[in-house]
Amino acid sequence: MTYFIDRRANAKHKSAVNRQRFLDRYRTHIKRSVEEAVNRRSITDMERGEKVSIPTRDISEPVFQHGPGGKRAIVSPGNKEFVEGDRLQRPGGGKGGGAGEGGASNQGEGMDEFAFTLSREEFLDFVFDGLELPHLERKNLVDLDEVRPVRAGVSRDGVPARINIVRSMREAHARRIAMRAPIRRALREAREALEEEESKDPVLRNPARINELKAEIERLEQRLEAVPFIDTYDLRYNHLINQPQPSSKAVMFCVMDVSGSMTQAHKDIAKRFFLLLYLFLERSYEKVELVFVRHHTAAKEVDEEEFFYSRETGGTIVSSALSLVDEIVTQRYPPSQWNLYVAQASDGDNWDDDSVTCRKLLLEQLMPRLQYFTYVEITPHAHQALWEEYETVAGEFPERFAMRQIVEAGDIYPVFRELFKRRAAQ
Amino acid sequence: MMRRTPIATGSDWTFEVLEAYEQELARLADEYRLDTYPNQIEIITTEQMMDAYASVGMPVGYHHWSYGKQFLAVEQAYRRGQMGLAYELVINSDPCIAYLMEENTLMMQVLVMAHACYGHNSFFKGNYLFRTWTDASSIVDYLVFARKYVAECEERHGVNAVEQLLDACHALQNYGVDRYKRPSPISAEEEARRQKEREEYLQAQVNTLWRTIPGRQDGDTLPGSLGDDEDPLGLHRGERYPPEPQENLLYFIEKNAPLLAPWQREIVRIVRKLAQYFYPQRQTQVMNEGWASFWHYTLMNRLYDEGLVDEGVMLEFLQSHTAVVSQPPFDSPYYGGINPYALGFAIFSDIQRMCQQPTAEDREWFPDTAGSDWLETVHFAMKNFKDESFIQQFLSPKVIRDLKLFTVVDDDQDEMLEVTAIHDERGYRRVREALAAQHALAVREPNIQVYAADIRGDRSLTLRHVQDNRRPLARTVYPVMRHLHQLWGFPVKLESLLEDGSVARRYHWPLPDDEEEEKVRH
Repeated sequence: MTYFIDRRANAKHKSAVNRQRFLDRYRTHIKRSVEEAVNRRSITDMERGEKVSIPTRDISEPVFQHGPGGKRAIVSPGNKEFVEGDRLQRPGGGKGGGAGEGGASNQGEGMDEFAFTLSREEFLDFVFDGLELPHLERKNLVDLDEVRPVRAGVSRDGVPARINIVRSMREAHARRIAMRAPIRRALREAREALEEEESKDPVLRNPARINELKAEIERLEQRLEAVPFIDTYDLRYNHLINQPQPSSKAVMFCVMDVSGSMTQAHKDIAKRFFLLLYLFLERSYEKVELVFVRHHTAAKEVDEEEFFYSRETGGTIVSSALSLVDEIVTQRYPPSQWNLYVAQASDGDNWDDDSVTCRKLLLEQLMPRLQYFTYVEITPHAHQALWEEYETVAGEFPERFAMRQIVEAGDIYPVFRELFKRRAAQ
Repeated sequence: MMRRTPIATGSDWTFEVLEAYEQELARLADEYRLDTYPNQIEIITTEQMMDAYASVGMPVGYHHWSYGKQFLAVEQAYRRGQMGLAYELVINSDPCIAYLMEENTLMMQVLVMAHACYGHNSFFKGNYLFRTWTDASSIVDYLVFARKYVAECEERHGVNAVEQLLDACHALQNYGVDRYKRPSPISAEEEARRQKEREEYLQAQVNTLWRTIPGRQDGDTLPGSLGDDEDPLGLHRGERYPPEPQENLLYFIEKNAPLLAPWQREIVRIVRKLAQYFYPQRQTQVMNEGWASFWHYTLMNRLYDEGLVDEGVMLEFLQSHTAVVSQPPFDSPYYGGINPYALGFAIFSDIQRMCQQPTAEDREWFPDTAGSDWLETVHFAMKNFKDESFIQQFLSPKVIRDLKLFTVVDDDQDEMLEVTAIHDERGYRRVREALAAQHALAVREPNIQVYAADIRGDRSLTLRHVQDNRRPLARTVYPVMRHLHQLWGFPVKLESLLEDGSVARRYHWPLPDDEEEEKVRH
């Protein structure tokens, strides 16, 4: 007796729970590897998993075993020149070569590290573990334009496409029972009367009455027949109402200084920072759009390639970029529909007079509309006027404005974590 | 010359073709009197195979991180191409579940059906160890019960508490087996029904044991109990508990550990029951694989003889078969110990040869086997032995010569290794004995038993390890003792005894302060 069963369509991730258990158990080990990887990886490289190694001794499952020492006889195949009584040197220091089961690795090669690969999702989980988007407030429902149809019970009218078949049939069934019951009762009575009449002695029978009853029965049967199987009266429709919902769209403005003082190294650092933020936003919103704004003395919206790689020289006026962002927000991203994030990177240079303009622009125009503004200053040197002005802004909007200094590539991830770490206490 | 009408050619398969081949195999297997459970053949994908691998082939299992680790290891090895997945996996259950991978070629599917569905399956049904120790009809149900129970415990007591308990149990898994006493069959329904009852009963039992004030009895004093001067009333004297050493550590813990909660005892029991289920498999690897390989070889050849497969399939089969039963010599880079497929296949084929074409040597060594009915004899061998006794009984000089087996003795009191026996007249018996011992579970695993539980004193538990040829325990003894201590709840000790009965070494957990250092040094 044999059955063939095709299981290929079944769920394939039966081990998912066990896998997760393992990852949870070795969280600290894995996090360390992930942190190293984030710092080491090139910019375009965040979208894949990561190989992680854990020292074998940390994850061993111990059992009682024979240790080295004592006396053991080992049978091996493939004798070529040995004869009984031959005496041999011990191979390379270790005791007991060959087939003894004492060795921990059965593949022949030593394994000091247990290595495995994290999937992309798992990798990012670890990268952003314990982080949270600050001020992910649910925008006030009143000024939300975005709506989503949701099911809200059933109604008597609607379009044919939304007919709720089960409910309609149930209604029809109930109606049929209700409408047929009196007819059936009358029919039963008429039949009984007819039977009674017919069972009477032929002399006593009333043929007129019999004919009358027969006509009645026929009429009733027709009426019973005429009760419709389904009636427009029975139809029920799924009712949908429009529910306003918090926006699931976000736009991220990358603002970068490309004046002569920003080297390619600076830009790479900035790019990594932008990339981390992008990945992070992508996990929280269904749709994330990117807007690249670069500036020297004038600001310009560009595509990604140009943003990171084309070179410009000249002085720096930061406010030009901020006002361009403001303009773009007004034109294309109404704050009622979009969650707005701005990440700015610069080396801190600015025309002195301009920094004050920046502060005003931020305080009055931008900050009230933004979800979050992050500023990273990539410089080993002392801060200049821009930093000081921004500190004022940070004082005004401590929840939504964050700024940090980055000196070298290794700082990015820690700074990023610091900017977005979960603020449990507040 | 007969005309060949193969059922199918090429390497693609369909369900119709597989069914047709399966029927032919069933017909041939019947001719050879292979008695099997019904087959349930499941076609699965590569990933599903990795899942199956990770859960040691159990179709369902409780959740534990170690299975996740297993899965990651398999996945990594497979992705890097270090390892091919096994072509099949078969579960000792009734019906017998066999997994076939979808990417196998037609030849491979037929080979796997012959190997698993008729080879392994008949072994599971026929071999005495399996007949005695496992109940194929209820294992899947029991696994379902176990999974549900563990999941419930996780809900009630937290994932962490359950995980730590399972860690501890797994460390002692190999010592959760009754080696000599037949266990009662397990059945899921029964288990679920009795579980509640048992919970209360067990707890009552344990409480009684620890509450009892024993009467004065003559007998051994407990290890570490007080001398007569300090105990004039003899309160600490009495019979040692347990009166006989206990080989089943987990059983002893389940019934006697003072502080375990009822649900914890039940989980100890689950691990123990599953260990018991796998116990026969650990002792019949050579026989089981040898038997299955012998039959896939025989059945495939019969299919070819009858013209049901073509030359292409047959060549592919022979190449695959040769790879499976090859035995690289000890100095080859591919050497990974004795290949159970090679050894088992060699012995079973040799039994057939001895029956059909006995030589004078065979008549001298195997007077009962030589010239007997071969089918009768291989069935007898399959049914009544385990690896150790099978090798002892059937390993012939010819196989020893073919494999060029030799014995090296490694003695730490000797500077050199010594070759003590090779494949010659003087060596056959000794090689055979050593090879049999090498496959004996009793030799492969340290012999450790429960010696005493100090129920009148500090409640410490003492284990005894009897060294085999002065072989000490590996360093893993410390973490295992730690796990044991978690289960027992009071100090645990382990005495490692030489064969003359003197104590070579004592281990304690928790570690005494001075030993802490010693452990670090090791």
